[in-house]
Amino acid sequence: MNPIPEVLRLVIYLTCLILFAALNAAYLVWVERKGAGHIQRRIGPKEVGPFGLLQPLADGIKLMTKQLFLPAGVDPVLFKVAPILLLVPAVMSFVTIPFSETLVARDINLGLLMIFAFASVNVLGVLIGGWASNNKYAVISAARAVSQNVAYEIPMLITVITMVMVTQTMNLNEIVMQQPNIFKWYVFRFTASPLMPVAFLIFFICSLAETNRAPFDLAEAESELIAGAYTEYPGMGFGVFFMGEYANIVIGCAVTTILFLGGWQCPFGLAPGWWWFLAKLYLLIWTVVWIRWTYPRVQFYALLNLSWKVLIPISLVNLLLTGAMIKVF
Amino acid sequence: MLLDTIKKELAAVALSTEEEVSAEDLAATETPETVERAEGEAPAEAPEGKEEEKPRPPIMETDYRAKGFHLDVQVAPDKVVEAAKILYKENFFIEAVTGVDWLKEEEFEVVYDYNNMAELCRVVVRTRVPRSTPQLPTISEVYAGANWHERETHDFFGIEFMGHPDLSPLLLPEDADFHPLLKDYTP
Amino acid sequence: MSEFALSQTQETFVMNLGPQHPATHGVLRVKLTMDGEYVVRAEPVLGYIHRMHEKMGENRTWAKFLPNTGRMDYLHALAYNHGHVMAVERAAGIEVPERAEYLRVITTELNRISSHLLWFGAFVLDLGGFTPLLYAFDDREQILDLLEGVTGSRLTYCYYRFGGVYNDVEDDFLVGTKAFISRLRSRLPMYHGLVTKNIILIKRLKDIGPIPPDMVTRYGATGPVARGSGFNFDLRKNEPYSVYPEFDFDIPVYTECDSMARYMVRMDEMEQSMRIIEQAIDKLPEGPVKAKKVPKTLKPPAGDYYCAVEAARGSFGVRIVSDGTNTPYRLKLRSPTYSNLSLFEEASEGMLLADALALMGSLDLVIPEIDR
Repeated sequence: MNPIPEVLRLVIYLTCLILFAALNAAYLVWVERKGAGHIQRRIGPKEVGPFGLLQPLADGIKLMTKQLFLPAGVDPVLFKVAPILLLVPAVMSFVTIPFSETLVARDINLGLLMIFAFASVNVLGVLIGGWASNNKYAVISAARAVSQNVAYEIPMLITVITMVMVTQTMNLNEIVMQQPNIFKWYVFRFTASPLMPVAFLIFFICSLAETNRAPFDLAEAESELIAGAYTEYPGMGFGVFFMGEYANIVIGCAVTTILFLGGWQCPFGLAPGWWWFLAKLYLLIWTVVWIRWTYPRVQFYALLNLSWKVLIPISLVNLLLTGAMIKVF
Repeated sequence: MLLDTIKKELAAVALSTEEEVSAEDLAATETPETVERAEGEAPAEAPEGKEEEKPRPPIMETDYRAKGFHLDVQVAPDKVVEAAKILYKENFFIEAVTGVDWLKEEEFEVVYDYNNMAELCRVVVRTRVPRSTPQLPTISEVYAGANWHERETHDFFGIEFMGHPDLSPLLLPEDADFHPLLKDYTP
Repeated sequence: MSEFALSQTQETFVMNLGPQHPATHGVLRVKLTMDGEYVVRAEPVLGYIHRMHEKMGENRTWAKFLPNTGRMDYLHALAYNHGHVMAVERAAGIEVPERAEYLRVITTELNRISSHLLWFGAFVLDLGGFTPLLYAFDDREQILDLLEGVTGSRLTYCYYRFGGVYNDVEDDFLVGTKAFISRLRSRLPMYHGLVTKNIILIKRLKDIGPIPPDMVTRYGATGPVARGSGFNFDLRKNEPYSVYPEFDFDIPVYTECDSMARYMVRMDEMEQSMRIIEQAIDKLPEGPVKAKKVPKTLKPPAGDYYCAVEAARGSFGVRIVSDGTNTPYRLKLRSPTYSNLSLFEEASEGMLLADALALMGSLDLVIPEIDR
């Protein structure tokens, strides 16, 4: 039998996952800043530790030592709940992510469904945070975040439905197992649907929009809304929001990796394992960072138009096409 | 040429010496000159002639190289709107409105700078209002851009532009009750 | 513009944009009445950095006011220097030696490029693109270094004097300027490739923030704002001053009236400025850089004088009223952005917040110059 009791196993996993989320948040900030520095022909953080590697630590200490100040007029309960509402679903989603064939906290059958169930909760964090802040910028940001999430959830979920139709399962590990090498990755699985690369793009764009990343970072557009829903948050309140944001990015990229890029499988069928998963994951995350520091921000209605007028029709066409192909072949 | 057209048109609103007498009887220096002609639509030949020594004709072409503008028009305070309308019709744009505090003469001079984008022609329209009752109509209905310039002039000199939509301090603090560019202003 | 008509009965709210806000680039405050994301009314509130330069002008000598001019538009300080010295030279009848005029043109055009570069970066930053700012600063840094070598300061220059310039330039400067121009020539295509042709940027700017020609006339907008609305109006051509008639350059004019047109005007202007500088360096005559016999205490004859120059943001005018003493009786400074910003209230009506900010960015505001 299993030498470790199930409860203990879960506790260890959860601790590790929270640590993973926190470390990712901290070091993705570092990657972001270093990457931005590289893209902008400057050095980026370099003072704290070698290559500024301890900078996230310094930032974390700074944020934690700050007073959790409640601005006048905020709703005290919702104001404090909101960051947690953003972070917890993101961390929960990690539970079903298969880092390798065996390295998964809970290999449940409806893993994909669970991730998207949690993903739709985290917009609530931004909404409540913006609303509770009693700040007009934050309210506008909350409204933007909600309409953006509603708009992009639809093409994203349609694409997911397509994927479920193709893979015939919602278990993430099984989906990964169906893609043993690069030719069987779903992004190149033209036998399932000729539009698979498009589906991948739609999914990636949607996960950018869902996680409020540039060029779709309208909810915290600095030059318009200062910091959007997070404007009034001091110290670690802001820090938790930040962690939640980055955890969401990691989740988004992880799901993309699993659905389309073969998860922990090696492109050439050699030595599959968590290293491949992390390599693909961080490659995608780097792409996200790269996009942020390259493109200007889209305008709000252009963003909604992109979803309603472009992405949703295409993903619907893809859905129908896939359905037809499944029926015919 | 634009300069000639606008000169002709502005002659209609330019200050005639006769009006000056009736408008400001207290201005001792300006009164004694001869009444040339009544304000009217006649061609603007008459004011060009060299009169005495001191008084300047109400409408005159200036030496551009020396002064930096082409046409210098003096109008009565209630004629600035008409002048603005004429200039607007000829596609002039407003560069600035400003005041000058002539403490000795107990007068404010309000100066409107116009320029034209198509052809270089700088027109300066001036008017004088008594320092005790500095009031004149606003041209912000003709030139929307004059709104801020007039507000600024009100800030700095306390000149009131009648009919201006909002004369609250623009550059000065909103509770400012002083006018810093007055020559007798002491902070 | 707006795809949904504003309904009359909807609730509106007032939002303060500034005085501390990332998009206002300084201490400008805009009182926005918003209907959701739409701007119903945007009322700029000025004066947060008002320093009353005009009063300062009245209580110091003509020459002592020179440093003040560099502190209005700190991005194109030399044009403001130029406006003031030209006005006083006109009033006092001072002739400027030719070499000095050429040096003025070279330095002021360099300064114009640096101003446009900064605007370019900051404008794209307004639109959410971070990286071009750093690239633009990289280039701008070269100009600041060059100008520092000549003028001694990096931002608030005070280089021109009545009747010339403070000191002659060295060959290093001319060589460095030429090197810089060839560098910028190779960089501008990159900017166009990275930014101008970016589909997101085009979508953000095209047909956004229209300023019809009629509005330009009514508000007296000048500079790139007027040129983006189809007016071929640039004082360097229309009212040729200094030695500008000697040079062969074009005035970029776009008739689209939108933010993209204003963007393109400034981008093209940098190229034209480079052309001017190159010609000026090639033609740079030998000779003195300061007029002889400029009296220590200037006493321009009584009267009023006007002089305007084309600054990076539009025509900057100086009206001098002299009473024949060694201080100005009245010194009126006509700053271009003051007029350019005044049209914002009308132009931004009914726009989306993000578009209104794009429009504001395209006006190229420098707050200390508006507030003076």
